[in-house]
Amino acid sequence: MPEVLKAPLVVEFPFTRSLGPVQSAFLTGLRDRVVLGVRTGDGRTLVPPVEYDPVTAEEIRDLVEVAPTGTVTTWAWNHEPRRGQPLSSPFAWVLVRLDGADTALLHALDAPGPDAVHTGLRVRVRWAEDRVGAITDIACFEPYDGDPAQPTGHSGEFEDPVTGIVAAARLDYTYSPGRAQTAYINALADHRAVGERCPSCRKVYVPPRGACPTCGVATAEQVEVGPAGTVTTFCIVNIKAKNLDIEVPYVYAHIALDGADLALHGRIGGIPYDQVRMGLRVEPVWTDGGRYPDHYRPTGEPDADYETYKELL
Amino acid sequence: MTRDIAVVAFAQSDILRTTEEQSEVEMLMPVLHDVLDRTGLKTADIGFTCSGSCDYLAGRAFSFTLALDGVGAWPPISESHVETDGAWALYEAWTKLLSGDADTALVYSYGKSSPGSVRDVLTRQLDPYYVAPLWPDSVALAALQAQALIDAGDTDEPALAGIGTRSRATDNTRAQLRGSVPQGDYVVRPLRTGDCPPIGDGAAAVVLAAGERARELCSRPAWIRGIDHRIEAHGLGVRDLTDSPSTRLAAEKAGAFERPVDTAELHAPFSSQEVVLRKALRLDENVRVNPSGGALAANPMMAAGLIRIGEAAARIHRGESDRALAHATSGPCLQQNLVAVLEGDPR
Ligand SMILES: [Zn+2]
Repeated sequence: MPEVLKAPLVVEFPFTRSLGPVQSAFLTGLRDRVVLGVRTGDGRTLVPPVEYDPVTAEEIRDLVEVAPTGTVTTWAWNHEPRRGQPLSSPFAWVLVRLDGADTALLHALDAPGPDAVHTGLRVRVRWAEDRVGAITDIACFEPYDGDPAQPTGHSGEFEDPVTGIVAAARLDYTYSPGRAQTAYINALADHRAVGERCPSCRKVYVPPRGACPTCGVATAEQVEVGPAGTVTTFCIVNIKAKNLDIEVPYVYAHIALDGADLALHGRIGGIPYDQVRMGLRVEPVWTDGGRYPDHYRPTGEPDADYETYKELL
Repeated sequence: MTRDIAVVAFAQSDILRTTEEQSEVEMLMPVLHDVLDRTGLKTADIGFTCSGSCDYLAGRAFSFTLALDGVGAWPPISESHVETDGAWALYEAWTKLLSGDADTALVYSYGKSSPGSVRDVLTRQLDPYYVAPLWPDSVALAALQAQALIDAGDTDEPALAGIGTRSRATDNTRAQLRGSVPQGDYVVRPLRTGDCPPIGDGAAAVVLAAGERARELCSRPAWIRGIDHRIEAHGLGVRDLTDSPSTRLAAEKAGAFERPVDTAELHAPFSSQEVVLRKALRLDENVRVNPSGGALAANPMMAAGLIRIGEAAARIHRGESDRALAHATSGPCLQQNLVAVLEGDPR
């Protein structure tokens, strides 16, 4: 069996999130070097603050300032920081109960080594130089042996509150399409289309996915199909996709390759977009060095009879 | 009307560090055939199908729809999916059977962690405002919980190492790590490699059946006497990490405390989490905990919880247990917990 294909795959997304009144006040406070909590109905102060009491589910909005100093309630030494984490040199993850708070905040503690950290350690906030209204406005915590800091008496009201955050994320994968699709992609590079026949219902699936969706059994017998096929249905695309060098409008179609029992999709070229029709006979066009058909163009044959492809719609 | 519902068959794949030569459906299909063969059912005989998986693991959008090719979803079937561990898919299938809408259900789940970095991937399930921007990985959060347990005097590092060693001393041939596995270096202190689950790919499937149908399909059905799941506050600093009140409450609602169990399959991906669960579930030394090796021997994300239910049921099928508890978890530091109580007919 030839080796399965593999390629790097990066998934990146900048989620834009709006903040409610409590989260807005907390993150705006960090921007202005003020730490705010929220008071519950039974008088506890939650830091970081939430909008609903985690015990009673009651809505809570009573903001209260706490000190930027506090006590480590538990910790873990991270000797190999990973991408995106607050510090790039070894540090301790900590839960810190700030002075005046009843719950603990997760963050990083800058310390010389694990021997310098213990539960009960007194710490204070180290502010980030550039603050934008995000949890990372706290650069980290640092050990602190002074008296508890005093709150500034902030009301929790801000002139220009932060109302949203952009939560950027990036995950790296090594993508592999598996055995069946590797065979399909490799054949395309040789300008051939191969499907797989179901041993039970005898249908030929193109592209093959290794299983028959009707019978729920593995497919393995390779069958060469095409190269020509029939447009079973299509749509006209009028919006230009980002990073895609194709002029709009263009036609995207379902194409049943000759011998296939499942239509694949591809772009139709070599014909004005408004002349593409159901039943149009097409063939694949490879560009120089292309590993897959760039598009499909009319073969010039008469249109296929509807009866020949209606089952594939 | 209440109906008796049982797990009548269980199958799982070998759990492997990587299955890159297979797509999800290719990995899943042998397991589906295996579980159906055990009952003699065909996919067309199944009343309801429910699956669990998570697209973030492999970075493949809507991957569960492709996996449906493995269950013969044409002509259309009654089907549902949960974007979490398959144990929760089993819960949904159980409610479907309780309602009388179906007599049999196929539940399956799978996870391929090998394409990505699962420690980083799991950070994306955290609170996006206050926590996820710091990228605390799954081991780091478990390590905070482990240190809290050590500080509370509930365990120490040698005791944690003992849990890892006992888990991997299993004869489960499907497990990823077996035998003598070195305790290793710290990953995030106080957790060492031996305290952490292996990262692997795998799939599992279960067939449920109601009433007489269950007796027809299995000589000793594993009757689900109760099943419940509960969740705790998402804020880690709000919770007492040394305890798991959600597990205790789920167990109570599932009837776990009404009579002792002889076996417990606990979904504790980290050694320290077994300490928390034993306490929450009041398990004493008379209970066989994780004879399958548990998540420390094999932790295919999204399938490991369903496997706990399947392993517990399989022991009842084989007559090795009369009353077993199965637990599944999801989220950081045991945030969400499901407990099922399974029983065989009296002998
Ligand atoms: Zn078929």
